[in-house]
Amino acid sequence: MQADSALPELASVPWRQPTDARWLCRWARIWHAWTLLYTVPFICAGVGMIWLEPLATPVALAALAHAWIIPELYAFRGASVVRPKRPRALDTEPAAFPGEPVAQGLLGDLLGHEERELQRQTGLALQHGNLGVWLLGEGGALLVSPGGRRVHCFCVQAVDRELPPSDRIAHLLLALRVDEEGFATVANHAFAGAPWRVARRLPRRMRPALDAARRAAG
Amino acid sequence: MDGTGHTTLAEWSVDDDAAFEAAVREFAGQLDLGYIGTVPDGPGKATHVRQLPRDADMVILRRPIAGG
Repeated sequence: MQADSALPELASVPWRQPTDARWLCRWARIWHAWTLLYTVPFICAGVGMIWLEPLATPVALAALAHAWIIPELYAFRGASVVRPKRPRALDTEPAAFPGEPVAQGLLGDLLGHEERELQRQTGLALQHGNLGVWLLGEGGALLVSPGGRRVHCFCVQAVDRELPPSDRIAHLLLALRVDEEGFATVANHAFAGAPWRVARRLPRRMRPALDAARRAAG
Repeated sequence: MDGTGHTTLAEWSVDDDAAFEAAVREFAGQLDLGYIGTVPDGPGKATHVRQLPRDADMVILRRPIAGG
């Protein structure tokens, strides 16, 4: 049989560098530095204004609020990659995805027992890889780096929008299993940061999956 | 895998040439439609195939993925 170890979708992004462990480490450092770069000046400005002129406290508080809100927005953007990309009303409407029970069965067959239970409870499928521990959602993936101290968020999805939710995860799971670095290369890197920053912005139902991934990565 | 969850397109056995030939034709037709052949290789592994492997237990045809 003609078989490939590389993901065929890589042909659509020939300009991208392969996303390997070094690339991820470099991007984690860049995100860390970037976070400090837009946070520290606001904190210094806020503290400095209060120290120089207590009457400027309201403006100083606004500066400190910026130092808090901007990192939160970035973390929200990262966590949003695994949020379902559809109106919430469809989640309670069985007719919206009539193929979902069948798709859930196929996805369950692809997963081990513990991963299957975790996916049914949280909506995220856990997959061990060489780059870390992955959590796959319908429209994106989280990668917990070895040691569990950093989470990378990727936007990636199957191109067919008619697929049931579980099928969308199964597509990502199969692609990831074929070529992990290729999968990360095709995906769009959206955010890297500490797990607690991402966890705060994840839907409550999904948080146990991130906890499980951190334990598995640690 | 499609909008119905999944559809069985063909079934064959190692000894059944006619069934395998029919499966090969179906497989080729799906590749032309843009599907990608993937063989699950046990826990955590899968292989991309461009020809239907006669001895595979299951071949899953999936749609391409892309950065969102």
